[in-house]
This record gives sequence, C-alpha cells and structure tokens, in this order.
Amino acid sequence: MATHCPYCALQCGMILREEDDAVSVLPRQFPTNRGGLCQKGWTSAELLSHPQRLTSPLLRDPASGELRPASWDAALDRITTGIRDVQEKHGRDAVAVFGGGGLTNEKAYALGRFARVALGTRHIDYNGRFCMSSAAAAGMRAFGVDRGLPFPLSDLGRADTLLLVGANPAETMPPLMRWLTEQRERGGRLIVIDPRVTATARQADLHLQPLPGTDLAVANALLHIALTEGYVDGDYVATRTTGFTEVRRTVAGWWPARAEALSGVPVADLEETARALGTAGRAIILTARGAEQHAKGVDTVTGFVNLALALGLPGRPGSGYGCLTGQGNGQGGREHGQKADQLPGYRRIDDLEARAHVAQVWGVPADELPGPGVPAYQLLDSLGTDQGPRALLVFGSNPVVSAPRAARIEGRLRDLDLLVVTDFLLSETAALADVVLPTAQWAEEDGTMTNLEGRVLRRRALRPPPAGVRTDLSILTALSSRLRAPGRQPPDDPHTVFAELRRASAGGIADYAGISWDRIDAADGVYWPCPDDEGPDSPRLFTYRFATADGLARFHPVEHRPAAEEVCADYPLYFTTGRVLAQYQSGTQTRRVAALRRAAPEAFVELHPDLAERLGVADGEPVRVLSRRGEFQAPARLSPGIRPDTVFAPFHWGGRARANSVTNDAVDPISGMPEFKICAVRVEKA
Amino acid sequence: MTGHSERVVVVGNGMAGARVAAELHARGEDLKVTVLGAEPHPAYNRIMLSTLLTGKIGESDVELAEVAGRGVDLRTGVTVSAIERATGQVRTDDGDRIPYHHLVLATGSRAVVPALPGLDPEHLPERVIPFRTLDDCRRILALTGTARRALVLGGGLLGLEAARGLAIRGLDVGVVHRVPYLMDRQLDPAAGAVLAGTLAGLGVTTHLAVEPTAVHADAAGVRLELSDGRSLDADLLVLACGVRPDTALAAAAGLAVDRGVLVDDRLRTSDRRISAIGDCAQHDGTLTGLVAPAWAQARVVAQVVTGQDPLARYRPRPAVTRLKAAGIDLAAMGDPTGGPGEELTFADPARGTYAWLRIHDERLAAAILLGDNPSVGTVIQLFDRGHPVPTDRRALLLGRAVGGAVAAPAASPALMPDAATVCQCNTVSKGALVRCWRDGARTVDAMVAGTRAGTGCGGCRDAVAGIVDWLSRTDPVEVGR
Ligand SMILES: Cc1cc2nc3c(=O)[nH]c(=O)nc-3n(C[C@H](O)[C@H](O)[C@H](O)COP(=O)(O)OP(=O)(O)OC[C@H]3O[C@@H](n4cnc5c(N)ncnc54)[C@H](O)[C@@H]3O)c2cc1C
Ligand code: SF4
Repeated sequence: MATHCPYCALQCGMILREEDDAVSVLPRQFPTNRGGLCQKGWTSAELLSHPQRLTSPLLRDPASGELRPASWDAALDRITTGIRDVQEKHGRDAVAVFGGGGLTNEKAYALGRFARVALGTRHIDYNGRFCMSSAAAAGMRAFGVDRGLPFPLSDLGRADTLLLVGANPAETMPPLMRWLTEQRERGGRLIVIDPRVTATARQADLHLQPLPGTDLAVANALLHIALTEGYVDGDYVATRTTGFTEVRRTVAGWWPARAEALSGVPVADLEETARALGTAGRAIILTARGAEQHAKGVDTVTGFVNLALALGLPGRPGSGYGCLTGQGNGQGGREHGQKADQLPGYRRIDDLEARAHVAQVWGVPADELPGPGVPAYQLLDSLGTDQGPRALLVFGSNPVVSAPRAARIEGRLRDLDLLVVTDFLLSETAALADVVLPTAQWAEEDGTMTNLEGRVLRRRALRPPPAGVRTDLSILTALSSRLRAPGRQPPDDPHTVFAELRRASAGGIADYAGISWDRIDAADGVYWPCPDDEGPDSPRLFTYRFATADGLARFHPVEHRPAAEEVCADYPLYFTTGRVLAQYQSGTQTRRVAALRRAAPEAFVELHPDLAERLGVADGEPVRVLSRRGEFQAPARLSPGIRPDTVFAPFHWGGRARANSVTNDAVDPISGMPEFKICAVRVEKA
Repeated sequence: MTGHSERVVVVGNGMAGARVAAELHARGEDLKVTVLGAEPHPAYNRIMLSTLLTGKIGESDVELAEVAGRGVDLRTGVTVSAIERATGQVRTDDGDRIPYHHLVLATGSRAVVPALPGLDPEHLPERVIPFRTLDDCRRILALTGTARRALVLGGGLLGLEAARGLAIRGLDVGVVHRVPYLMDRQLDPAAGAVLAGTLAGLGVTTHLAVEPTAVHADAAGVRLELSDGRSLDADLLVLACGVRPDTALAAAAGLAVDRGVLVDDRLRTSDRRISAIGDCAQHDGTLTGLVAPAWAQARVVAQVVTGQDPLARYRPRPAVTRLKAAGIDLAAMGDPTGGPGEELTFADPARGTYAWLRIHDERLAAAILLGDNPSVGTVIQLFDRGHPVPTDRRALLLGRAVGGAVAAPAASPALMPDAATVCQCNTVSKGALVRCWRDGARTVDAMVAGTRAGTGCGGCRDAVAGIVDWLSRTDPVEVGR
C-alpha cells in the first residue's frame, strides 16, 4: 500500500505491508524523499498496535476523579450535554475547538465546518500557530499567497547558492538533505544562519552564528550590502514589486558594522553571504522555525523576503524564497478553515463574498457564520476565565507540552468545565480531559495531505481501525447530529468530504477545485492552486505575476527590535528550543517507540563547556533551567557548538523535563506566534 | 522635562536629529515635532558618504527612512540662528520664529580646517574640500571626473575611508599624517604599520610623521608643503583633520558649553527644557562622534520627553571603531596604549593580519583586529556586552566564531569504536554494521537494507562503503566467525 509518512511536512513516500498482525514500512521512490526515510518514518507503524493505544472512550469518573473506559454513547452524550450546558449558560462562543497541523485536509476542513456550523463558535484555532504562522503571514503580505515552497523541492538541488535561516533539516527532515548533497555536488554553496552549530550548519560552506533574536538585523544588513555592492535587480524591483523606496531607506540604517555588533556575525561573513546570493545564477532563501518563532517572527521573515525580492529571486526559475513547513499537514491544515480568521480555500472569514460562498456549500445562511476568533495562544490563555471559553475540544494536539509557558496553559485547561481530547494515545493533554475519544491512526484512514511544497498527496488506509476506535470524521459527524447542527448533513467518509472541500475552496487562494484523488494518484501529487479538472496545477508560482490584486509583490519596511525578554543580572542567559532527530513535536508518539527512545531517551540542556565550567557543571549532570515563568530539569550536555551566552533544550518532553515550562508567551502582533526561540533564563546545578 | 511636551523642536536633521524625530514620532503620535535642518537634503546616512565616494552607489541609496509628513514637520535648508530661552522660541535664518515646549539640539559637528597659510575656513579654495556633508561629497565627486591625483590630510578613520574611496575610483591617493603611524587614536604602532602595508597594496601611499606647512591652490591644482621640506602636488585635497562640535548656537543662548554642549544622564543641558544629543553633546566629559551613542541618546530623549519612561537614562557603552572600506577589515576598541591585564597578539604582516587583545578580569579591555580575523564578531560582542572571555583564548585570536569547531574527519573504520554512530538519521552504529556483515551482507546495498544506515539524509553512504571495504579486506583474517 503506497502512502506517506505520518509525521513531518516532507511527507516521505512509503509502502506499508501487512504481515499477519504486524505492519512493515519500506521507503518508496517519491520525488521528495527519493527513497529515503528517517528513523521516525521507519518506525512509524509500531504505534498501530502499541500496548498503550486507546481502544475505548474514557470518561472521568466524578467520584474517584479517574479516567474510566466507557461506551461511545456515554462519551458522546457526556460531550453533547456538556456543550449544551456551557452554551446555554455562557453563549455559543463559550465552546472552543483546538486543532492540529497533523490532521488531513479532510479533517481540518471538517473541523472548521463543525466549529462554525455545529457549534456556531468563533473560537477555533490550531497548533500551526506555533509552527509556521509567521512565515504564512509574511508570505501573504508580500506575495498575496502563502505556500511554504512556491516551487518543487527539487529546485534546491540546482541552486547555486542556498541560504537556510533557522532551519536544521539534517535533524528535522533528513531525506531533504539528499537535495542539499546534490546541490553541493553540483558546486553550489550552502550557507546556514543558526545560533547553534547544528548538524545542518556543520555541512555548510559558511555558517553565520548570530545571537538568538537578531536574524532581522542580519537580514537588513544583507540587503544593505546588496544595495551598496550593486546586487539589487533594478528591473525586477521596478516591474514586479512596489514599496522598495521605504525599504531601501530603512536598510540604509543597517550598515554591516551595526548588525555585526548586535548579532556577532562578522562583517566579512555578511558580505560573503550577500555576494554569494547576489552573484548566483540561481539562489534560494529558506526560513524555518529559528527565524519564525519570535515575537517579531513576521518581520524577521519579511526581512528575508525583502532581500529575496530586491535580488529578484521570487518567480525566477530555480530561485526564490520559501519556508520549510514543519508539521505533516502544516500547509493544508492552514488552508481550509482551522485558523481563527479563515474559511476553506485560504479565504478570510471577514470577507463577505467568501462567507456567502462557503455558507452556500454548507447549506446555512451566511450571516449565521461566526466572525473571526483569536489566535492559539490567546485562545488557550483565556480558557476557563470569565471572558474565555468554558469547554474545549482538542483534535491532534498536545498543548500541555507544546504551548509556551506551558504550566500556565495547563492550569487554564484544568479550569475548564469540559475538556474533550481525541487522540490514539493518552497524551499529557488527554490525561487532563473529562472525555477522551480514541481515534484512528494514519494507516487506518484515507485522505489527503498537502506537503511543504503545496503538493497535495494521498494518504491511504491499509486496514480499518481496531475495534472500539473511530475516525475523527465519524466523531465529528456523530457530534453534529447529536447537536442537531443546521445546514446540510456533514459527510463522514473522507472522499465525499474532499469533494465538498473542493467546492468550498473553489475560487479561493488555495483553490483545490480541480484536484481529485484520482488525479493525485495518477501524478505523484497535485500542486495547488488547481482550479480546473482539465487545467494544469501549479508547481511553480510567481513566474509571471504575484497573487496580489495588481500582480506585484509588496516590500514592507521592517526594523529590528529587541526580544520580548532580554537577559539581565538575574536571568543572564538566552534560552532557545528546538527538535532532535529521533523525536517529533510533543513526543506523544515518538517517545513511545522503543528504537526512538533508545536513540533519544531523555531531554537535555545543551551548554557550552565554558559556561558549564563557570556553573561548575559536568557533562551529564542534572541542571535546572529557570525563567520568570517556571523551571525544568534535565541533564547537561556540553557542546562547543553553542554560544557560551545561550542554552538550548528540545521541547519533546513533558513533566519535569518540559522545556516549555520556561518559554515566553509573548506573541507576534501579526501572526500570534509565541516567542519560543528566545527568553532569558538562569541555569543552576540541580 | 518629565511628562508630556506638546511641541518639540529639533535643531539639525543629521543622524541624531532625524533619529530623535523618528523616536518621538513612534512614541507620541499626538506630539508636534518640527525638525529644522540647515542642509538642503532630506535625512541621509552620513556614514555612507564614504561608500558614495567610491561610486558604487547613488545619492538615493544613502537616504534614510522619513517620518516627515507623518505628523513631523520637516524643514530642510533652514538654519536656526538663535534660541530665545525667555520666550521659548527659536529664530530661523528665514525670519521665522518657532515656539517650543522642548528643544533638542542635534547640530552635530563640523570639519576642522587646520590653520595653514592658504586656507581660509570661510573661503576654501575650490580644490580643497572637507569630508563631512553630502554637499562636500558632491564637490569631491565633481572633481574626480578629471582628477588623477588626490591628497588626504589626516590619517584617521575618516581620512582613510576617503582615501580608499578615491583609490577605488582609480585616483592616485596620498595620505598625510602627523603621527608616525596611522589611526593613532585607535591603533598601536604595529597595527598602524600593518594597515599602511594593506593600504599600499590598495593604491594608497602614506606620508607619516610630517606636518603640512602651507597650501597653494589654484584652478589647476593643489600643492601641499610639508615640514620635512617636501611638497606634494595633486588635483584635489581632502581635509580629514577631525571634527569640532557645533556649539555656537548653544553658547550664544547662554547654555553651559565646554568642548561640546554639557548634558546630564537625561541629555538635559543647563536649561531643562533643552536637550542636546549626538556629536554636539558632551556627556560625562566625553564627546562621542559616533552614530551608536547618538542613537542611544535619541532614544532616551524620546522616552523622557514623551513620558514613556521618565526614568530613562543614557548609559554610555564603550565605543567600537570599525573601518569600512573594501579590502580592509579593521576593528578597534578600548585604549590601545596600555592598562592592566594580560595581552595576546598574533601578527602575520605578510598577509595583512594583526590581532591584539588585552584581557583584564576575564573581560576584554581592548582589542585591535586587522585583516582576516574570523573571531571579530565575537570579540566585538564580548567587549560591548562585557561578557567573560573563553577559557581557551585561542578561540579569540584564531577561531571561527566561538565553538565553531569543525567535526573531526571520520576516523578510519579500524579505529572507530563499535559504539560510534555511523548513520545519525537511523542511529546505526559501526557495531550494527559489522554484525550485519557477519550475518551475510556483502555489498553496500545489502548493508543499507539490513541496517537502514544511509536511508535518511544519505550522507553516511560513503562511510558505509568504507566499512564494507575494510571488512572485505580484514574480515577473513581478523574477524573470523
Ligand atoms: C564620511 C563619514 C563616515 C563616518 N563613519 C562613521 C561610522 O562608520 N560609524 C560611526 O559611528 N560614525 C561615523 N561617522 C560619524 C557620524 O557620522 C557622526 O557621529 C554622526 O553623523 C553624528 O550625528 P549628529 O546628528 O550629531 O551630527 P550630524 O550628522 O553632523 O548632523 C548635524 C546636522 O545639524 C545641522 N545643523 C547644524 N547647526 C544647525 C542649525 N543652527 N540649524 C539647523 N541645522 C543645523 C547640520 O547641517 C547637520 O545636518 C562618520 C562621519 C563621516 C563624515
Ligand atoms: S523526514 Fe519526515 S516525513 Fe520523512 S520519514 Fe522522517 S518524519 Fe517521516
């Protein structure tokens, strides 16, 4: 059975085989992974029959306070009554939905519809806010569209210069490195901007190691140099963009020595980077979480988009700007109505025409659709408070581990009148729930995923879910009918849901109208927008025009600003978080796979040997990391590859080792992205 | 001065004046800000004039972001002729009177014209030009069209930038400097000598330890006479003999003035309704003459005047001097002449590289880095932030960025321990590969299929091939079954 990996946005092609009860995984030649898989992909089938898998709904027993197995009827009844009670007392918006970037397009779409129609609440958002929302907002305002890579991944292999900003694909998506190997074998240059010497940075021809939170200054200085050295493509700027003058004047204030003092990146390296980009035939700039997860994430990405535009890259064959999306369906998940301000097809929920179109597909009056809600962190932080929702339904997310300032969010979740979590394992968030619904895994359901290239792929069911387990779609349909949702009956089979999604997205920015499952099967996936059954899809965007009203890309002047929390005498070190190769996101899944647990058994705190010496800490000794918001504990891992003023920890673990206990909940004013990548901490011997 | 001032007048639209207008605007939308600038141009980046001189960029490239028209009233080409403190007004040379609640002086500094026979500061000859303003730059550029030889008087930072810019334009450039080594305020003699060598390679001749004694200029050229009896001929002479704060306005208004206008930590002059910032201000005995402190001061004034942070105070940070000129990479900070602490040096004059550091109390007290010093960014940050220096000092003199240690090349398979990870993506150890071989795998593909090594990023396939090769040579003899 040909399908794709359940985890990250690379969506590596794989083959699943059922032998007796066991399922084996084999890599498959697909244009993205070219036969590669990382250890997460190889071991992904282990969870299908994991002993801890949930196979029955769980209800919290009021007397003992414990979660106890219950029937589906009892569980769904409890949810329906809970929702009714809360909405009667506090209004429709008192129920909220929290989704995930791992859900298929069908499920993300159905979830958005369920929230707006069955619950009638404006409160729906998802964990993609914590992932690539800053790049999404920056792409939207510059290009009029947000598609992670506006070109096929294979373009990376042919770039003369490739600049990665805050991206560590060698650990987060190893098979992608095959393209980078090809790129360098062809004589291309790889430049990496990262505060740590990551596995990716080690392979770079040039590594810029800025202080965390100063990428925007680096971007502005690179454009300053591009201007002074004559790398700016004047014709392109004149004919394909607007707004350059203000940007030019802003970056005039970012002479390289100023950025150097702020970031620690030598002027010579800035010059070398600008030259490599400015003189390359084909140049690509990619950002990822390192640049994006900041309270100035949108502006930081915009700084690099400005640079790409000034050099005339977007739309030039083999060149461009892109974002490396993280979650499996991070791309599709943000297009079909899971986001607080969006309707399917990447439409805005406050756009009257969009509302009319989607309402007609759903069979409800347009004016009954709720308005925009609030971004993820704001939503989570309001739960159980006087102003906030009192009931929450979570699908495909584990905010107790993944949200910033997680202890506070955990408290908010505890304050709810009703918390419902669907998952196939008892995640840290599910453990707090009043009702837990067991749901199908990736190999047990059909559907589509949209990978980091904007390519829509087919996920195929190898076998039905085990007894007692239902799919998210059937759960949503069952709840809809119990809640007597208005409008047309929502379908529960994914193929019909996709047909409805196509109609709902028709005419939108992310137009799926011309994409059918058959077409995907026939052609290694289909790139959106694809408005017609017969017409072509769109592997490359921007060749002739941008998706703005006048077809021109927009420059936006952006200024560096300090992090929301800078270091001080009490909290003298910068703290930054990220991922490791053998774990995925909040770790609910990967921490339960034996081979992955062996490879990455526990959390750690990475520190420079000089810092460790000053703290009197030896390698492997437990340390406590404290911020104004909380603390966590993990063994020290000494590494000369990190700046002595910075410490790093992966965020995959919960409990005492939860890195997000200390992270800052300051958010980007445009995208709502929390500042995961920098806060001030103190490190102590535990 | 705490609390809200409705009408703020800024004198000077240079680096500091334009910045304080922007900072005020960003904090107090309802504030009325008037900027009066003597220069006829909208705000521009003065430090980019050196780049403008090279001809690589045009005038529009040095423009700075404008706040004019967004609640800020900018009047260019208007000189303030007097401050009437009693009535709270300024008088301009076009006869206007403008009232202020708060006044910010950002009059900057002027190029010093040395007292030499043949140089009248008020009427400089056409071919003798200071290097301070955009108009100066235009005049220099107008002459470079036909000029072949240029002289620069002054071997400090500014003079060298000018010299390098003119050399890039293809002129023959000579620099005349009084002291026996260049940039004597920032460098030590050894660094100065290396720098002179670098400049020579770039087409700039230096004449050291000589004083000019007279200038003769006419429509055809300039002749500079020197104290050693020589005289140098050129088509133009650029004056880079330092700057003097422009304090005339403040002094005439009766404000306390020393070398600059005296200010306290809030940048207040002796009149609390008047602040001074940038090159014209003297804080704690110091004239700054650089942009970074001017902008820090602008921020403090805006915070205090708008009431956003009445307690904001200017805290000077140690200055870092950076020479910006193609082919020269120079950073200098702290006092080069001496002081307590350990000193480290590295010199490779043949390649134009020189590094000198003084460390005191585990902190960087001073440094000079010239040429290819990959650690320059780290050194500047450690100095600026006062953070402790690395235990291994070599990282500062020679290293890439701190910690940028390059991974050791893969050891030969024989020397690798069994536990060593060969494939990171799939955590496959050398031991696992050897076991796979013993189980019968004999080719790279078979090893890959058997262990999953090389199926992630593919980067370890060479290493796997190396292990297969090694095993096929050694196994029958050494490993056995
Ligand atoms: C070529 C060059 C390169 C430089 N490079 C660097 C560098 O790399 N790094 C660095 O930090 N510094 C550098 N400097 C120094 C830096 O430019 C100054 O420190 C900075 O400009 C000071 O800002 P300011 O606003 O105080 O003065 P200025 O920028 O000189 O502005 C003062 C303005 O006030 C106007 N003015 C004066 N009197 C009146 C009046 N009565 N009425 C109205 N307007 C008036 C003047 O015309 C002028 O426009 C360089 C300078 C030059 C010339
Ligand atoms: S790179 Fe991503 S998609 Fe590919 S196998 Fe690993 S986790 Fe799965």
